[in-house]
Amino acid sequence: MVEFLQFTLSGISFGMIYAAIALSLVLIWRGTRLVNFAQGAMAMFTTYIGIEVIYHTGSYWTGFVVALAAGIVLGAVAELAVIKPAQGKPELNAVIITIGLLVLLEGLAGIFYGGQFRSFPAAFSVTGLHVGSTALGVSRFDVFVAAAVLVTTLLLAVGFRYTSAGLRMRAAAFNATVARLSGIRVARVITVGWALAGLLGALAGVLVSPSTFLYPNSMDTIFVFGFTAAVIGGLDSPFGAVIGGLLLGVALSYAGGYLGSQVTALVALGILVVVLMLRPAGIFSGAQVRRV
Amino acid sequence: MSSPAGAPAGGAASLAIEDLVAGYGEVRALNDVTITASGASITAVLGANGAGKTTLLRAISGMVRPRSGRILLDGADQAGRGPEDMARAGIAHVPEGQGVIPELTVEENLRLGTMAWPGLARRRADRGAALAEAYERFGVLADRRRKPAGTLSGGERQMLVIARALIARPRVLLLDEPSLGLAPKIMRQVMDTVVRLSKESGITVVLVEQNARAALAIADHGVVLNLGRVVAAADAKTLAADVALRHHYLGF
Repeated sequence: MVEFLQFTLSGISFGMIYAAIALSLVLIWRGTRLVNFAQGAMAMFTTYIGIEVIYHTGSYWTGFVVALAAGIVLGAVAELAVIKPAQGKPELNAVIITIGLLVLLEGLAGIFYGGQFRSFPAAFSVTGLHVGSTALGVSRFDVFVAAAVLVTTLLLAVGFRYTSAGLRMRAAAFNATVARLSGIRVARVITVGWALAGLLGALAGVLVSPSTFLYPNSMDTIFVFGFTAAVIGGLDSPFGAVIGGLLLGVALSYAGGYLGSQVTALVALGILVVVLMLRPAGIFSGAQVRRV
Repeated sequence: MSSPAGAPAGGAASLAIEDLVAGYGEVRALNDVTITASGASITAVLGANGAGKTTLLRAISGMVRPRSGRILLDGADQAGRGPEDMARAGIAHVPEGQGVIPELTVEENLRLGTMAWPGLARRRADRGAALAEAYERFGVLADRRRKPAGTLSGGERQMLVIARALIARPRVLLLDEPSLGLAPKIMRQVMDTVVRLSKESGITVVLVEQNARAALAIADHGVVLNLGRVVAAADAKTLAADVALRHHYLGF
């Protein structure tokens, strides 16, 4: 019973990180109709920037903020520099470009920072919390991870729902033609979407790296799980992305805890196959099935 | 309320299309089309399927980039600008049958009309009044403001897109088949609304209609397109009375 509680709580903590990646993929999908395969690599790169700042300033929070800011800039620059020029061309071009970006960023990280594993500091204590004498299996830092993603997600949800900028983003995502005819600069809105996605990715990178270490490929697995979470929830649904991330996090935590960590990837794949067989558009997608 | 929602900022507009050529790929959909429309008038653009009516509206609103020719709004050439700039210049385009975003609520759809306004501060201050005025004019929308637009009927959706276009305070309103798929009674309501708007708010309306009889009944001027060329342009009454032209191009 205690084990079950521990696996659930640590699953939620990891699930929030998958949720952040999934949400970033959904933001890009809604604006550009593209899965950004470089999303994980971009997060890895901004986390390296964060760790450099932490080493030089000695302040975790300075590094944290700089990493997030770098995520915003990298997202916007990637969209403007390499994605926008591919618009209007065959869809596969943009997909290949994101894979190219992935390889480029991982290569650059290897050149600049080397391939060795680097430890990334955590904002709070990583020793397990206890209730009485019972270990909860999560640390203060895990709580911070869940809270940080939750707060960011809620801020985004409120922004989308209640602000003019949010309305512009939703209108552009649902129907770009009507949005443009209404005077909305859709190209700019799409760039903002990539910037926000970069922010979420950077957040995920900073939050996950204390548990996984940082190296040029360190975000690959996290990206695959985040992508799985986004597909489970439906690539069109921000709400679905968060729920998908949590479901996957908890499921993988049970699988790793009860069956052994070597089966987690297999379980993720199994969940993906089952969801796609039963609900091809994802659990929470209200939209029509689309070609991915 | 000092000015109606659609009141143009700088008096009556004048729209002049000169020698417009536009098309898709190899196909030339418009050939040297010249049309003028100005003031509080309704110009009906008529013709068979494939005559180029919709392409003409799409070219004026910037959705199709013209290959040559000029689109003059009050004398300034707008040709080559994108739809978001055209909307900001005062040209509102209500596309055929797809103007509503069903996932957004009625009020959010209406708020899209304010996106073409200049200046953020003014947008905030004026928005409430503009929405209130739209609800007053289109009472059916007021009761549904929090509902997704997808729950509206065809006629209500058409009212919604027209209401949104008006909130943008356009000088020129381009309407593509506003009566398409509507029951005759609802269609008459939509047409009456168009007439009232043009007269009350001084908007220059360019109306594309499959139903030539209904369009000529409310229009001041008529333009007949055939295979991308203007084959007739005259008073609406004159066109309606021209039996040969009606039989040949308009089918009634």
